[in-house]
Amino acid sequence: MTINFTIFIQNLLNGLMVGGLYALIAVGYTMVYGILGLINFAFGDIMAMGIYFAYYGATLIRLNFPFAIVFSLITTAVLGILIDRLAYKPLRNAPRISALITAIGVSFFIESFAVVFFGPNYKPFLDVLEDKTIAFQSFIIGNVYIPKIIFIILGVTAAALVVLFLIVYRTKIGMAMRAISADIPTTSLMGINVDMVIGVTFAISSALAALAGVMWALRYPSFYPYTGFVPGLKAFIAAVLGGIGSIGGAVLGGILLGVIEMMLITFFPTLMQYKDAFSFIILIIILLVKPAGLLGKRTVEKV
Amino acid sequence: MKRILVTLLVILSISIFAEIRIGVLLPLTGGISAFGDWTKKGIDLAHKQKNTVLGEKVTLVYVDTRSEKTEAANGMARLTDKEKVVTVIGEIASSNSMAAAEIAESRKVPQVAVTSTSPLVTQGKKFISRVCFIDPLQGTALAEFAGKNLKAKKVTIFVDIEQDYSISLTNYFVERFEKKYKGQVLKVQYKSGDQEFSAQIAQALSFGSDAIMMTGYYNEIALAAQQARSMGFKGYIIAGDGADAPELVKIGGKAVEGLYFTTHYIPDAATSKLGKDFVDAFKKEYGTLPAMNAALGYDAYMLILNAIERAKSKDPVKINDAIRATKGFQGVSGTINIDKNGDAIKTVIVAQVKDGKFVFASSIEPEDLQ
Amino acid sequence: MTKKAKRDTTLTVLLIIGMIIFLQVANTTFDSYEKQVLSLMAIYGIMAVSLNLVNGITGIFSLGHAGFILLGAYTSALLTIPSEQKIAMFIIQPPSPLIANLHADFLTATIMGGLVAAFGAFIIGFPVLRLSGDYLAIASLGFSEVLRIFALNLQSVTNGSLGLKGIPNYTNVWWSWGWLVVTVIFVVSLVKSSYGRALLAIRDNSIAAEAMGINVFKHTLLSFVISAFFAGVSGALYAHWLTTIDPRITTFGPTLTYYVLIMVVLGGLGSITGSVVGAVLFAFLMEWLRVFEQPFTLFGRSFPAIQGMRMLVLSVLFVVTMIVWKRGIFGRSELTWDAIINFFKKFGKKADERGVGK
Repeated sequence: MTINFTIFIQNLLNGLMVGGLYALIAVGYTMVYGILGLINFAFGDIMAMGIYFAYYGATLIRLNFPFAIVFSLITTAVLGILIDRLAYKPLRNAPRISALITAIGVSFFIESFAVVFFGPNYKPFLDVLEDKTIAFQSFIIGNVYIPKIIFIILGVTAAALVVLFLIVYRTKIGMAMRAISADIPTTSLMGINVDMVIGVTFAISSALAALAGVMWALRYPSFYPYTGFVPGLKAFIAAVLGGIGSIGGAVLGGILLGVIEMMLITFFPTLMQYKDAFSFIILIIILLVKPAGLLGKRTVEKV
Repeated sequence: MKRILVTLLVILSISIFAEIRIGVLLPLTGGISAFGDWTKKGIDLAHKQKNTVLGEKVTLVYVDTRSEKTEAANGMARLTDKEKVVTVIGEIASSNSMAAAEIAESRKVPQVAVTSTSPLVTQGKKFISRVCFIDPLQGTALAEFAGKNLKAKKVTIFVDIEQDYSISLTNYFVERFEKKYKGQVLKVQYKSGDQEFSAQIAQALSFGSDAIMMTGYYNEIALAAQQARSMGFKGYIIAGDGADAPELVKIGGKAVEGLYFTTHYIPDAATSKLGKDFVDAFKKEYGTLPAMNAALGYDAYMLILNAIERAKSKDPVKINDAIRATKGFQGVSGTINIDKNGDAIKTVIVAQVKDGKFVFASSIEPEDLQ
Repeated sequence: MTKKAKRDTTLTVLLIIGMIIFLQVANTTFDSYEKQVLSLMAIYGIMAVSLNLVNGITGIFSLGHAGFILLGAYTSALLTIPSEQKIAMFIIQPPSPLIANLHADFLTATIMGGLVAAFGAFIIGFPVLRLSGDYLAIASLGFSEVLRIFALNLQSVTNGSLGLKGIPNYTNVWWSWGWLVVTVIFVVSLVKSSYGRALLAIRDNSIAAEAMGINVFKHTLLSFVISAFFAGVSGALYAHWLTTIDPRITTFGPTLTYYVLIMVVLGGLGSITGSVVGAVLFAFLMEWLRVFEQPFTLFGRSFPAIQGMRMLVLSVLFVVTMIVWKRGIFGRSELTWDAIINFFKKFGKKADERGVGK
């Protein structure tokens, strides 16, 4: 098949959109890792909960869509804090592997919980909107169709990142976060309430997950208890690609992963059936060649 | 006096314990639980309408498979060995039915699969039958519909590599479509759970397809249809019975308007009194129209009771013989004949989405597909 | 041989004899459903012990177990399925001639399954084991998914998503429990050998171990390969227990690895006997908790069936074990004869103190 320009442009734009979604989730991932060195395996599921909260906010409590999003951000942030307090905090001083295994357990628990209490079936997300077609309108330029949702997603991602950067680099709490990621014991000696800062980090990253979830559900408007699994895994790969712990790296990694995935299919359509294998192979190659990722700092383990 | 008491006790205990237990093995949680739910509704309704056979009470024993193979095998063993059922209805997915069928075969207990359409399900087995048509028939019917009714020349097929159902549907479609209608086919692949289809759609567009065929299940079909429409695809979208769930319209909204799919049953096509009564009863019970799985679940249950009556016995082997000998059984999803392999030979119905509802579009008789 | 070692060997032999008697009794008195679950317990046991060798004893966190189980299952199944059956079920693409004609008996097939999985681990181990901690976990998970995706796509070898069916139902309680005993004995002797001490040293501090002159990479690779061998064996048993396999996410996806992880964690990371107990418990609970998924009565009140309750209970158990109990049922310690004898001595003493038995 010859690659014509239209296909290329269309796929590039779609790749950017998917990448934007990955980036938004990856940022939350990387924030928690940056501070605690913990891979929050349950992050994809927290995102899925964000979708459920937005959905129930709009359908059960009958909130307007924007308020449903705010409702979801707040409730998911609370959920994030709760998970940290109940599951991760008791293990702060345990080996890192224990924390990782617990995170897997939490992920399992959230999924099972959703199966029992929210039902195992797919739910249609577009129920939250008055105008159900809005997510599927396109701009038509020549014979290129560009879905409007691309701009919504990229716009929201950019806005969220600006806010995040402001928090991390322009506020006291942001400074405390950066201090903790460098050295927890010293930070607490400086009179900073470490638990509070960690709680805030979980709240912010979970709220980001909820936002990402809502964006995700606007583009892919059906969800069920296991919806978070694939995005969580992809976002993790994106975070590692960019250098886990680095916010800029997560953004770069997310967008790169989205574009690379789409371009590989564009140029090698016969390999389409191996698509999911690609992202893992990319991950493994990056880890071997540049273990700290594209923008990450190389750290040496101290004895 | 004592004798009367003993006789009374015996009669009492017979009336309590004389029951015919039928097992139901369904995915009530997990990936395909929506189908499991609908089937359960159909079976429950059938059980409510008719709960005695040979003068004994029928008891249903439900077991969840969580849409997994190991669970299907264990669930089946539990039903046959622990619950002592005489027949089992289920599963939905072909791969799970196959895992269960091995157990049913070794215990010599008949199993009636509901919508497991893979040809491998009954291959070489004596105790599993089904109330649905099989993929070769469905794939061929789709090709017939695309070639004859839609006059399609170029079709892009979305193949779900994780679903055997999708692979065999594609295979039989291509065979018929290329040979009889000299059409061109482009295959693009995806995997269950995928949500982004834009790269595949871009290919379908540049191929110049006048129809896209989606061979997977409703969730992916709905998402892909939305993305295809928003990328400017104006041709037909066709699908197999995996599309047949009310969720298709709930998720897909406007994008699935006009979509054609082959299926086993739609309430709209019910012309017989039996079919109409079923629709009314279902509406009264659940406040909604029955979906395909509900009708097939209903038929599976009624067919088993019918077979028990013909066998005049609670012996699983005799019941199995009767099931396999079913000819001209009037079900709500049409007339069911079970052939020597245990497969049902049935009319394929083509439905269309119109104003968010499934309506009858056409039907294809098995004789036309030779 | 010291007196204690002699005693322990005798007791172990006695235990095995006791087990044989139990299995013989079970084989004749249990119904086939119970026997099926009994076999599954042992298969899970092998999976758990082999994962524990890597995760608990060597201390590298691998999430690629499902991939090795898949390799063992497919290799062995393709060897034992009669070739007419293979030709009949490859309906989309005929099997490649090599696949169609290969044949072996069950024992050979099981061992081949183990060897292929071990070879896979050897190849994968080179890149993966150079990574550390969390990265290793994700990379191994990735490899197991890559294997699964290949199994989905190589139609002429695996029959793709149509899967394999008609695998002879060879796995019975003897095969599964027999292999479990072999696995446990092998892993226990490995741990007691100098290799095993090196592995424990690596777990506790890999940098210090390296400084002591232990070749960390070589040792971890060895434990990774051995673990994969037994995972492959468990896969072979699993395939011949299930009689039909396919490469779907619900069959050999990450969930399977998580299940095994649950067993290991429940039993105690690092404890071999714990893994066996964890596996038995898991298989038992999965069946027993079905009670809640049918309408049930509790404290005289009747409740409707709650679908999905089993996974919820198990996941709660999993998380609570990690947080509260931290080390699982056995922690890192083994259920040794010493421990058992001491337990009974203590128990006896307490009983004496309370004046029972006087």
